[in-house]
Amino acid sequence: MIRLDGLVLRHPGAQEAAVQGVSLAAAAGRITAIVGPNGSGKSTIVRALLGRLAPEAGGVSIDGTPLAAIDRRRFATQVAVVPQREEPVFPLEVRDFIALGRYPHASPFAGPTAADRDAVARAVARAQVEPFLDRRTDTLSGGEWQRVRIARALAQGARALVLDEPTTFLDIAHEMAVFELLDALAREGQAVLLVSHQLNLVARFADHIVLLHHGRVAAAGTPAEVMRGEVLERVYEWPLVVSRDPAVGAPVLVPLRGRGTR
Amino acid sequence: MSRRTAALLVAVLLLAVMLGLALGSVALAPDVVVAALLGRGDPTALAIVNGLRVPRVALGVFVGAGLAASGTALQATLRNPLAEPYLLGVSGGAAMGAVLVVVGGLTSPVFLPLAAFVGAAVAVALVLLVARAAGGRSDPRVLLMAGVVVGAFCTAAIMVLLATAPEGAVRGALWWMMGSLGDARAAAVTSVAAYVLVGMTLLLWWGRDLDVLSLGEEAAAALGLDVDRATRRIYLTASLLAAATVAGAGLIGFVGLVVPAIARALGVRGTRATVVAAALLGGALVVVADVVARTVASPAELPLGAVTALVGVPFFLWRLRATAAR
Repeated sequence: MIRLDGLVLRHPGAQEAAVQGVSLAAAAGRITAIVGPNGSGKSTIVRALLGRLAPEAGGVSIDGTPLAAIDRRRFATQVAVVPQREEPVFPLEVRDFIALGRYPHASPFAGPTAADRDAVARAVARAQVEPFLDRRTDTLSGGEWQRVRIARALAQGARALVLDEPTTFLDIAHEMAVFELLDALAREGQAVLLVSHQLNLVARFADHIVLLHHGRVAAAGTPAEVMRGEVLERVYEWPLVVSRDPAVGAPVLVPLRGRGTR
Repeated sequence: MSRRTAALLVAVLLLAVMLGLALGSVALAPDVVVAALLGRGDPTALAIVNGLRVPRVALGVFVGAGLAASGTALQATLRNPLAEPYLLGVSGGAAMGAVLVVVGGLTSPVFLPLAAFVGAAVAVALVLLVARAAGGRSDPRVLLMAGVVVGAFCTAAIMVLLATAPEGAVRGALWWMMGSLGDARAAAVTSVAAYVLVGMTLLLWWGRDLDVLSLGEEAAAALGLDVDRATRRIYLTASLLAAATVAGAGLIGFVGLVVPAIARALGVRGTRATVVAAALLGGALVVVADVVARTVASPAELPLGAVTALVGVPFFLWRLRATAAR
């Protein structure tokens, strides 16, 4: 379980803390989503998880152990993070790229062990990326690339998965495919912590939503508890209504105003 | 790297070595060269091959390998296909460090590379600071600008140092600025070889770290790499490699740029394979460039760095266009 307790984060040189006392728990078997407007501190939390930003106050713990006490390699075997952006300057074959997910398990010179090969094979099957294995990373489409990156994270063999905006730039089919994959992983017992702008899909798939606003938790709870018109309107500073998603009955946000209404 | 590619690269290096031993102001037939290597044949050929060309070609092989390996490492760490020790000012810093101690009267072939190493490490730190201050460490062009500026400062400082040094106390300015394999004494060759082999061993040891690092800071951290420590190690190792080549042969640009790119174009992937492939190709390139430098205007000798720059600059412009277009 990934736990944040009163986490305060400040970018070097910044006047105001980007994250001001956020607490949340991402438990096994659930999708926990962090949502909020641009600049609300979502990606800053991911940066802290990656050890690139030290907490000013409060802390992060993994299964009860404080993050600062966990060696980075060990962390990577417990929590797999898919950062927001990544573009290899020197293209790799997809199979080699996914195999890098075993980096935290490997010693510098030993070749892949049976466990490594097994983990990679399972990750490849799970993310359904077999068709691309022999291709180069620079030949993949946006949707294929995201799946390949998720496959590399799965190859890490961690019990928790953190994804920062995994469906940006994806079309509807690829976006749904990613959300369905995350849903299946959570059903299998993974802890999934998802940072996303896609409120409506998050409301459909997530078990627990944390809504951030200016670095603070504006609302947290089940989709029904968080997706309330007055809360979202205040946080996003835009008139909107919350309706019902016709497919599964989840709350769905509809922004108001449009052509001819200004 | 496939076996075929590896065999091709070894063959290219052997061919370059053969050319380097056979050609020069006096051209020798291959069988004469081979006989001389085995200690047979007429004394003139023996003296030319074993006394002059073998150390010179050996120096070229290690200098080329060092420059190419250094470029490979810098490119992966900075995620910048245009990075290489000369353009980043690393070689300039190394030359300044070396010239400083030479002017100070210390010329031991063991100590010289160390002084060059200190100069190179300072230059790397300076370039990164300048680039960060300009807010563009991730922008390849800002980084190169910082490198060119630091390099220009170093060459200016070298010219001042050499102009004010007592005559004959130091090798000429041209030797440092334009590079040459002309000073291939056994001690210098051994020293360069030792430093280059140590540097390459370190890069191979950290090869997987470099693979992960080339994915970018966040992805590398996500995979459990201590990014800052790994980056420091690689910069220092790349500086050491560049410094050894500068101490042995002066400033030779663009080898670290051109060679890794050719290796990748041949389908070599992954840092370890690229370092090995680049070392083989880099050795070949410098030896051939030296043959060109020695023969084109014979008996006059062209500066080796000028020959590599004549090839490297058009290549650089072509790659710069491709990078800018991305």
